[in-house]
Amino acid sequence: MRPILMKGHERPLTFLRYNKDGDLLFSCAKDHTPTLWFADNGERLGTYRGHNGAVWCCDVSRDSSRLITGSADQTAKLWDVKSGKELFTFKFGSPTRSVDFALGDHLAVITTDHFVDRMAAIHVKRIAEDPEDQVSDSVLVLQCPDGKKRINRAVWGPLNQTIVSAGEDTVIRIWDTETGKLLNETNEEVGHKKAITSLCKAADDSHFLTGSHDKTAKLWDMRTLTLIKTYTTGVPVNAVAMSPLLNHVVLGGGQDASAVTTTDHRAGKFEAKFYDKILQEEIGGVKGHFGPINALAFNPDGKSFSSGGEDGYVRLHHFDSDYFNIKI
Amino acid sequence: MAAVVDIDALSAQLGVNWSEVNLDSIQLPPGNNFGIESDDEAVYHDDQSEFDTGFGNIIVVDHLPVVPKEKFEKLEGVLKKIYNQLGVIKENGLWMPVDPDTKMTLGYCFIEFNTPQEAQNAKEKSHGYKLDKTHIFAVNMFDDFDRLMNVREEWEPPQARPYVPGENLQKWLTDEKARDQLVIRSGPDTEVYWNDARQKKPEPVHKRPYWTESYVQWSPLGTYLVTLHKQGAAVWGGADTFTRLMRYQHSMVKLVDFSPGERYLVTYHSQEPSNPRDASKVEIKVFDVRTGRMMRDFKGSADEFSIGGPGGVAGASWPVFRWAGGKDDKYFAKLSKNTISVYETETFSLIDKKSMKVDNVVDICWSPTDSILSLFVPEQGGGNQPAKVALVQIPSKVELRQKNLFSVSDCKMYWQSSGEYLAVKVDRYTKTKKSTYSGFELFRIKERDIPIEVLELDNKNDKIIAFAWEPKGHRFAVIHGDQPRPDVSFYSMKTAQNTGRVSKLATLKAKQANALFWSPTGKYIILAGLKGFNGQLEFFNVDELETMATAEHFMATDIEWDPTGRYVATAVTSVHEMENGFTIWSFNGNLVYRILKDHFFQLAWRPRPPSFLTAEKEEEIAKNLKKYSKKYEAEDQDVSLLLSEQDREKRRALKEEWEKWVMQWKSLHEEEKLERQDLRDGEVSDVEEDEYEAKEVEFEDLIDVTEEIVQESM
Repeated sequence: MRPILMKGHERPLTFLRYNKDGDLLFSCAKDHTPTLWFADNGERLGTYRGHNGAVWCCDVSRDSSRLITGSADQTAKLWDVKSGKELFTFKFGSPTRSVDFALGDHLAVITTDHFVDRMAAIHVKRIAEDPEDQVSDSVLVLQCPDGKKRINRAVWGPLNQTIVSAGEDTVIRIWDTETGKLLNETNEEVGHKKAITSLCKAADDSHFLTGSHDKTAKLWDMRTLTLIKTYTTGVPVNAVAMSPLLNHVVLGGGQDASAVTTTDHRAGKFEAKFYDKILQEEIGGVKGHFGPINALAFNPDGKSFSSGGEDGYVRLHHFDSDYFNIKI
Repeated sequence: MAAVVDIDALSAQLGVNWSEVNLDSIQLPPGNNFGIESDDEAVYHDDQSEFDTGFGNIIVVDHLPVVPKEKFEKLEGVLKKIYNQLGVIKENGLWMPVDPDTKMTLGYCFIEFNTPQEAQNAKEKSHGYKLDKTHIFAVNMFDDFDRLMNVREEWEPPQARPYVPGENLQKWLTDEKARDQLVIRSGPDTEVYWNDARQKKPEPVHKRPYWTESYVQWSPLGTYLVTLHKQGAAVWGGADTFTRLMRYQHSMVKLVDFSPGERYLVTYHSQEPSNPRDASKVEIKVFDVRTGRMMRDFKGSADEFSIGGPGGVAGASWPVFRWAGGKDDKYFAKLSKNTISVYETETFSLIDKKSMKVDNVVDICWSPTDSILSLFVPEQGGGNQPAKVALVQIPSKVELRQKNLFSVSDCKMYWQSSGEYLAVKVDRYTKTKKSTYSGFELFRIKERDIPIEVLELDNKNDKIIAFAWEPKGHRFAVIHGDQPRPDVSFYSMKTAQNTGRVSKLATLKAKQANALFWSPTGKYIILAGLKGFNGQLEFFNVDELETMATAEHFMATDIEWDPTGRYVATAVTSVHEMENGFTIWSFNGNLVYRILKDHFFQLAWRPRPPSFLTAEKEEEIAKNLKKYSKKYEAEDQDVSLLLSEQDREKRRALKEEWEKWVMQWKSLHEEEKLERQDLRDGEVSDVEEDEYEAKEVEFEDLIDVTEEIVQESM
């Protein structure tokens, strides 16, 4: 398996996202321009210029026409995927950390960080069919008990009835999108012990995987918030992904960026680790990055995946046929 | 009992049922007892000894001349003069009581110093001071008076305590599966495990949070595990669980060391001086391990316990006392500036009451089996006096052999484990004196006249990175050359063709190694690249000169063989945060199991005492190994069958459980189909489900079209 190295970002990668058809890959980085690539050969299609800060997250609509991005410049922007044109800007008084389109693409959930006297919050926005009609009002605003702790990710639950959020306070919460009530949250016993860095959900919204600095990743039922599996690794987890095809999960991570820079000889030792989803055993790993892995994404066809690192590279891996015959 | 009633009432009010509360399960953080009193009497005993009366800085000087009033001031003057040299007397700190009837002094006085340390010092230095022929000072601490007064006039014979049979301290050696134990420390916990390689996992023996306050250490024969605490050290052992066998009071103990026969325990404590110009204070105690009696203590400034090498090392280098080899624990030696002090344990005093004066000695090393001391003296007088390596027999102090060496920058001494050979690595200056090169002087101790052989590497300029003798064997390994890919060479002190000379067996070129770990039984060695080399491991068979396996334990910091040489542990300790834990390998490099533990501090195998089998018997077993091993192989097979059966069972259960979830999700997904469709504005949305199913698609590719004109025959 020879990876395709995609060098387009000048700063560490933060997020990767495939469109539904699996032919396009969107990448976000700490430089200010989200980039669009062909998911097959890694060719760069174009960039989305307009943000004035690190871009933390993005999501693409089901028909691949709209892109939403969240940035540290205190805005979330809507883009026309094809032309790269900026359609609308949601302004918040604090950096936006995560964005996610709802089923049907009429709603989006956006999380914002704690900033000066603004508390971290989860905003739900209505996305208009025609950008001309777009308004910036929130339909719903949710707040966690400790507003100073960052909410790293919020995604929609089944049928847009719930929102699942996770962040620095180590607690995963499920909210009712009708009433804004907190429906369920993880307790100390089963929950993560340190900040949750990443969250990825299954294609059918039935379960999701969280990665944490406590060096584990956990698999949860999305409706009941039951802990189903725990995957233990040796390093803090920054990024997680699930194969849509096989029962595999991928964890990526590494030390904090600040602790890494001093160590020359560890170069190239940052692995994306594959685990058997059911048996919770490590299957193998894909090395290559020269820094911690910050982002992982599986192609919806399950035949390739890409990883984005602190080193500024996106590595696109098409699996060999051997991969599909792994037996453990 | 009013308090108890109150508690009962309160608990009834709160709905707490005391019978369900297991008080033993409550773990308090160390150093805080929340005012809960302990049943352990010894705790109170310790507390009392530390109880400060406030009179700790007062000494009582007895046997003073009895003087009349007119001479009072003169005597006071003399006393002040004496004691002001030893410490600062507090203002009005000298008080000499006077008999109210005779107006004569009573022959004693009290002196109050600024600090208890000064008082202690004054007491030690002036006790027995001769003022004149008839007046010899008897000095005591004021605090000691109560104790001394309570001594009974009549001697009472001590009561003989009934004999209580002790536990079998060697029980762990009788394990049916002949497993070894290891202790690990991670986070607050200290845990002892059996290394159950057959089951591919460790089996817990004992676990205790906050068992020690710094580290733990096994005694050299594995009988005891020593833990360090604020009050002192304690040893643990016993038949089934670890019970405390003995405690050794030494407050703020920092380091401990056992004598090789584990009869004595040496504890060390050093205190940073309040004045940075002073040397730090060092206190060392030697205890009898079994009785707990302190045999001797040594106090002084750090200078007295070190040679004060260049750079002014703070504190002393550990172990300060080096024990002579063998199981008798007869001698121990201390190196200090220009002197070697050798003590013997019968009386705990210097041999012949004299230290050995050796000018400028910088290093000493005992033979591991005999009472022979090797010592190294560097060049002096700018090279006019050559450096010297000498072997000295103890207790006779006869020099058995010595060798002078020229233009030497440094020497390191390596004894072979059976005391047959001594290798001295000699770093010499090149002619320009700008760089050094290394060679070896090899002493054959057991041969007549102790012949010395000089060994130089093939390439004289190679740097020597590591050296290690084969335990109980005749071979040694050297890593030499330049980083990052040095060479590894093996030499033997005797080969079939060449019994009296050292000969090279092989050189392995360009290895990623910086440390050598021989199996305790010899023959096998691990060439390891620790730390900077990312934990590369090469398992090497020196008999066959072939690599058995190469492996990697990423970032490994420590490697330790089990005492039988069957397994080896590699560990990543918490020098960094990543992937802490340990891995157990078989001797030939197969990974047995891996355990991840955050904040992993220490791993130590429990040593075993040497075998009682004679060399002949061991040889016989080695010869008939097939016969003996049959039984074990059968057992192994049973276990591995059972294991794979269990494993299959576990996997099946996990798969079933997962299938249940998937089924549930599928049905829910199906139920919600229409609603989803609604949310997508009527778009038939669930195409993704089909993608999971294998589709058979037939392709018809038009590869090429060629037109051929078929000629019809007319």
